[in-house]
Amino acid sequence: MDSVLLSRMLFGTSMAFHIIFATLGVGVTLMIFFAELMHWIRKDRDYGVMAKRWTKGFAILLGVAIPSGTIVGVMLSLLWPGFMEIVGKVIAVPFQIEIFAFFLEAVFMSIYVYAADRLSSLMRIISVAIVAFGASSSAVLINIAHSWMNTPAGFQLTEGRVTDVDPWAAVLNASMPVTSKHVLATAYMTGAFVLVSIAAYRLLRKASSAAERTYHKKGLMLALAVALLASIYTAANGHDTAKMLHNEMPLKLAAAEGLFETQASAPLAIMGIPDPEQEAVVGGIEIPGMLSWLATGSTDGVVQGLNDFPQEEWPPLFVHTLFNLMVGIGFSLIGIAGFALLWSIFFRKRGFPAWLLILLIATGPLSMLGIEFGWIFSCVARQPWTIYGIQLTSNAATQSGNIGILFFLFITLYIVLLVLTILVLKYFFSRNPLQRELTVSNGEAF
Amino acid sequence: MTEPYIAILIIWVFLFVYAIAGSIDFGAGFWAMYYSDRETSATVLANRYLSPSWEVTNVFLVLLVIALVGFFPGAAFYMGTLMILPFSLVLILLTIRSAFMVFSFTVKKYTKALVYISGITGLLIPALMIAVLPVSIGGFIGGGERQYILFNETLASPAVYTHVGFGLATELFLSALLLSDYARESGSEKAYAIYRKNAVILGPVTLFFAVTALLTLIPEAPWMVEAMVDVWYLFALSLIAAVIGYSSLWWPSQSAAPGRPRAGVLLIVLQFGLASFAYGYSHMPYILYPDLTIQDAFTDPVMFRWLLYGYGGGLAILIPAFYIFWRLFMKDKRYLQAKPEEENQY
Ligand code: HDD
Ligand code: HEM
Ligand code: HEM
Repeated sequence: MDSVLLSRMLFGTSMAFHIIFATLGVGVTLMIFFAELMHWIRKDRDYGVMAKRWTKGFAILLGVAIPSGTIVGVMLSLLWPGFMEIVGKVIAVPFQIEIFAFFLEAVFMSIYVYAADRLSSLMRIISVAIVAFGASSSAVLINIAHSWMNTPAGFQLTEGRVTDVDPWAAVLNASMPVTSKHVLATAYMTGAFVLVSIAAYRLLRKASSAAERTYHKKGLMLALAVALLASIYTAANGHDTAKMLHNEMPLKLAAAEGLFETQASAPLAIMGIPDPEQEAVVGGIEIPGMLSWLATGSTDGVVQGLNDFPQEEWPPLFVHTLFNLMVGIGFSLIGIAGFALLWSIFFRKRGFPAWLLILLIATGPLSMLGIEFGWIFSCVARQPWTIYGIQLTSNAATQSGNIGILFFLFITLYIVLLVLTILVLKYFFSRNPLQRELTVSNGEAF
Repeated sequence: MTEPYIAILIIWVFLFVYAIAGSIDFGAGFWAMYYSDRETSATVLANRYLSPSWEVTNVFLVLLVIALVGFFPGAAFYMGTLMILPFSLVLILLTIRSAFMVFSFTVKKYTKALVYISGITGLLIPALMIAVLPVSIGGFIGGGERQYILFNETLASPAVYTHVGFGLATELFLSALLLSDYARESGSEKAYAIYRKNAVILGPVTLFFAVTALLTLIPEAPWMVEAMVDVWYLFALSLIAAVIGYSSLWWPSQSAAPGRPRAGVLLIVLQFGLASFAYGYSHMPYILYPDLTIQDAFTDPVMFRWLLYGYGGGLAILIPAFYIFWRLFMKDKRYLQAKPEEENQY
């Protein structure tokens, strides 16, 4: 295998690994903030215990988020030196500010965790709010760099030299505003759905005491409310993101939808496999006019197809499947969360039946899959470009050999860490049963 | 001063801070391993220091890489082609170390594994990082279009070994000094005596390696030695600071054992600053001799100004945050004197 392909595989895998922990870092810190807030408002110690246990889980995840982020940060320069040469001249500022966001997050996380017993409750809320703010800012800042790769701006490339640099224009590139909201909303919904899954899993197991069930019920409802709001917002904003693709990257939209011919009243193809021989999506369901409506706001708007572009610039066509899965997950999650919330309003007394709890358990993993599909879609459907229309991936890559060995070493590392993280989480929460924390904190005065 | 020099000065400041913070962090990991079976007070102390500090140290590493790419994007190419193997190994070791650091707070049975992992990586990581320095003085790069490091030549060069020896000696000396100060601050005279003794032994060892590292440079990098002679006064000042700093281990104090570790830490940091500044200054204008100068690799001038604004704004937020951090962990007696079983409740 050539070293460009190996570099792509190594980097993609590293990002897919980091994003699991990074997304939870953004989503769960927000939930901890909400739990602390509820604790403060309601003076209900269940929420205090909740914040504490969520924080513990988050602290364990941070042990992997930070080093895996360090890996991708350094790896960007190691594997894509040609890309980083342009980044350094045009879009270095967000990367730099991101470091300060990390500092802020790391410092206040240490304060929130290690100095918890020495802080007043208001100071605790403020420190965890700063942690959540730091994590969300870092997501937006990294997305600024990523959106700039899709819709580059703020410089000219003449004979391989970067000129007319305007860092502010690079930051405010065309896809930045809408994708930043998308990234934040999906991180919040994923963090919340993962906590929904855990609470639902605990509720499904009959053995727990009444106090424990009340605690899990509160956690479930808090997380469910946040998750539902965030996922509705995600769908609305995803629609805007598709419109942005229509205006800025029509080729990416055509690949996402498997649309070959440019046409008015373009149909939306759901699932199926785009076949370049037949120039059609095989085996899917088509909704007439729907794609035109999604992209342009009117069912007879014109949408560009793949055939408008030279074939060597097409991304791999399987991105259609990734895109469908992401959107499908988005709508399923709104359905499940909305249904569960309605159920709890109308059947207050009965509680959730087992089948609904099982559906709720699925939401966290599904949401995380949505994140993975969405990101892989976004990076793969940009191919063959690293900076869209400006730098080919083959020109961005390292000249070095040896990537094969590195690929093997890093994959081994990720697998080991994933297994260890799960073991450590399981170990901690079985050693520190909720019952004990609930009874211990009974003694606390408010 | 021209713009590339301002930029490289900022990089030097970050490198300096990371070298100090990293030395202390990695060194503390080593000491915790070294004393794990014998002196629990020394181990507990080293671990307590490590707990809240490794994250902040880690961010400095990222800051260093990002600053390098932002100010000198031309250097990215050399990192990606030449340094990919050593840096990847550093990344893997660093990841294992950080992950176990966090895991062992939670699962006590990993504590033993952590002690060894953080002890061993505490030596390997700095050694690998330091080995990059002599490679950048030239003579170890082969190939035409596709360049690569000549590993055989690198491994046969005495300069590599004296640099690594110097790096490790400095790391352990500095961390022993700082931990002795930390021990005194926490009122643990027993741990103080242990770390003071280590500092006493390591001072001369560090000096020995510093001198041999300079001597081995003479045949390898005559261009650099010439530049060093021009700034002999900086090296002389650094030697004076080292001698006074070392003598502080015998200065009288209010406590039973002699020594003023606080003064020692400050003076040795000063010594290290002077010497590394002089070393870096003599390296100029090359990032990688003779292929890449700071002028060639420099970023766009507009970007340079924006990066400066960014650092200004970032620091304005961070300095107060660090002040709070320092108050809570380095000064607060309630944290420093906590009993082992009260720790890591979270
Ligand atoms: C839980 C995860 C999740 C869910 C449910 C959705 N998305 Fe998404 N989507 C992402 C997670 C995501 C992401 C991982 O966050 C991406 C990758 C890059 C980005 O900016 O966000 C993304 C990218 C992304 C892009 C490409 C942007 C680009 O490449 O520049 C489009 C067009 C959409 N999304 C549209 C949608 C629509 C119409 C959805 C309908 C509900 C939807 N997304 C749900
Ligand atoms: C959209 C995708 C990403 C999100 C949401 C994200 C978010 C995060 C979060 C929340 C952390 C933990 C930070 C902390 O608590 O200190 C983190 C760590 C990190 N991430 Fe990512 N990240 C993303 C992609 C990337 C990419 C592409 C890079 C490479 C340039 C990167 C570089 C880093 C670095 C260097 C760290 C470690 C910082 C430290 O030492 O604390 N991240 N990321
Ligand atoms: C966090 C979730 C992400 C995932 C799962 C992801 C996934 C991938 C994958 C699979 C590739 C290989 C594509 C191919 O060559 O076919 C890739 C390439 C790349 N991605 Fe992403 N990516 C993510 C986020 C980001 C972000 C935030 C940035 C920018 C800061 C980024 C920058 C790059 C670069 C520079 C490449 C290599 C050049 C290229 O192949 O175009 N990625 N990513």
